[in-house]
Amino acid sequence: MKVLGRLNDSKLSMQMLHRVRDTATRVTARLGRPVLLMEVCGTHTTVFSRTGLRGLLADLVELRSGPGCPVCVTSATDIEAMMALARLPGVILASFGDMVRVPGATGSLESARARGADVRIVYSPADALDLARANPGREIVFAGVGFETTAPMVAAVIMQARSQRLNNFSVYSLHKLVPPVMRALLESRDVPVDGFILPGHVCTVTGSRAFDFIGAEYGIPAVVTGFTLVDVLDALETLLNQVLINSASVTNSYRWVVRDAGNPRALEIMKNCFYPDEVSWRGLGNIPASGLAIREDLTNWDAGRKFAVEVPPVEEPPGCRCGDLLRGKITPPECKLFNRKCSPAHPVGPCMVSTEGACAAYRVSDTSQPGR
Amino acid sequence: MDNQEKKHDSVLLAHGDGGLLTAEMINQIFLKYFSNSVLEQLSDAAVFTVPEGRLALTTDSFVVAPVFFPGGDIGKLAVCGTVNDLAVSGAHPLYLAASFIIEEGFPLADLERVASSMADACREARVAVATGDTKVVPRGQADGIFITTTGVGVLANETDLGPHRMEPGDVVIVNGNLGDHGLAILSARETLGLEGLITSDCAPLNRLIGLLLEQCPGVKMMRDLTRGGLATAAKEIARAGGRDIFLSEERLPVHAAVRGGTEMLGLDPLYLANEGKFMAIVDPGQAGHAINLLRQHPYGLNAAVVGEVRNGEGQLYLETALGGTRILDLLAGSPLPRIC
Repeated sequence: MKVLGRLNDSKLSMQMLHRVRDTATRVTARLGRPVLLMEVCGTHTTVFSRTGLRGLLADLVELRSGPGCPVCVTSATDIEAMMALARLPGVILASFGDMVRVPGATGSLESARARGADVRIVYSPADALDLARANPGREIVFAGVGFETTAPMVAAVIMQARSQRLNNFSVYSLHKLVPPVMRALLESRDVPVDGFILPGHVCTVTGSRAFDFIGAEYGIPAVVTGFTLVDVLDALETLLNQVLINSASVTNSYRWVVRDAGNPRALEIMKNCFYPDEVSWRGLGNIPASGLAIREDLTNWDAGRKFAVEVPPVEEPPGCRCGDLLRGKITPPECKLFNRKCSPAHPVGPCMVSTEGACAAYRVSDTSQPGR
Repeated sequence: MDNQEKKHDSVLLAHGDGGLLTAEMINQIFLKYFSNSVLEQLSDAAVFTVPEGRLALTTDSFVVAPVFFPGGDIGKLAVCGTVNDLAVSGAHPLYLAASFIIEEGFPLADLERVASSMADACREARVAVATGDTKVVPRGQADGIFITTTGVGVLANETDLGPHRMEPGDVVIVNGNLGDHGLAILSARETLGLEGLITSDCAPLNRLIGLLLEQCPGVKMMRDLTRGGLATAAKEIARAGGRDIFLSEERLPVHAAVRGGTEMLGLDPLYLANEGKFMAIVDPGQAGHAINLLRQHPYGLNAAVVGEVRNGEGQLYLETALGGTRILDLLAGSPLPRIC
């Protein structure tokens, strides 16, 4: 506990902040413009806002969010499909809480629930399995949303359902993979990113090596880091130094958690349960081999095949720029709907709803009051 | 009669029909625990005299799930919630009305447990249940038991509390750790590995607040920190008073287990419900005195100054440990339904 406390130590953080600002000043002087960094993970986005760090660096570092909030990258069509599943007679749709307020085209899981669908919030996929045991007469569908961090847990639960012959349990897999979307983003060359802050928890599963291509093939430095203030400041310092000396390596600054080769058991169970498939991302369209489909020998636990719900593809809400935001092309205030038509109480796009969404995070950032 | 009673170990629809079983339940549970001269009249309306002053009236419904949780239950909550609403308004709570909606099949032993803890809380708060009502609904049409309490209290004529008294330079104080109730409920519902570490702070605060008001005239207004937590209460006050409130992240008292648990779950103790906490806006000259006073009381051990009032337009800010600021707004969408 003491060591962990140190990671939020404010004196240490202050010293580190000064060092980061010094380095950022030198980088900015060299580039002749603010340095542009992208944090891929939604949790990093919230750390920047929650700690006030975004405002404290605003004059030197331009932070852009990437496609790293799993709820946000779920397409409106996929949300419509989950709503359709939830409305099927006898079905209980179990979902993480973040997902239920995200708008599709005709509503959200929350509004489906208000109209009679049985939608339950769970904190882990194992809770959904418990629901299946407790409700043998019902069909429990788990809304499988998440990246490599969540997918192994869901895979483990599917395997458990198979070994326990729990046939009233299935998963609607919308799981997505981060390295392929990073590659798609880099290929599009939409945004001139000077450096990437990579998602620490995704990397615990994939390993930092899975992101080596960012430096090797695209010549952009990147750093893997955790989520305490000290982790993030340390990563910024490392990344800014790399930008300064023009180095394009991928550094693992989260060594106490992330191995270069990742977590072999997690990777193994994912492989036994899923296969990579082309899926659609909000704002980014279809990306080959960027999603996880459930293997054919597990069809019984694949809600997509079991219920064959067909929903016509729907358009993203008019005016909503969540797509541009998830590609790092804009920051939330550049969207005309931000804080006007789109607010937490009346969200238009997912980035305003999810706790990891950039718009929700920016709502709490205040760059006009840079401390005392 | 004895034999027949033994047959009923749970609430039947007939307990709500106003007949024999209703009378039995009132006698054997409610009168047994709530007994007082006003209630014992069992008339259609409670009649009592009140001391001189202005009356304060408040009502609240309680639907918490689970009914029993670490640190309390729906009965204790139903008394404390209403007593605290009166207390932070500056009123001295006198009587409660308690209305029960019970689901058919609810164990009578549980009902007795709930009534008993309501009685304990009433005794501590020195209030009496003056009147009540019971309805039983068919299984599935409520979840166990819902309780509505209405409280009446009396306010001295000279008491003047409210956002209109708030001035730049005033400080914000709280009487202790934030977020305990919210996280206790959550950990009672889900297996989070926090069992035994966190209990609800549910407590009647009227005597502590009475003491504070008596000895500390620099207290300008108070608010209890239930649904929405400190952030929501402070935001509402900032807006009502047309001043900015700055909270200091480093000064917020939060139990280590709550801090750990909320970090793990992505929740914020600033927005979690409390049931034994209040915030007060206090003249800066009396802040030290107020804190000392609170800390001598079991419900104020971790009292702290957590922020200050500044000129502005009704915004709420949090000054982070790093020296940044962030805006705190009202919450959209409850992270935790049915916490009270």
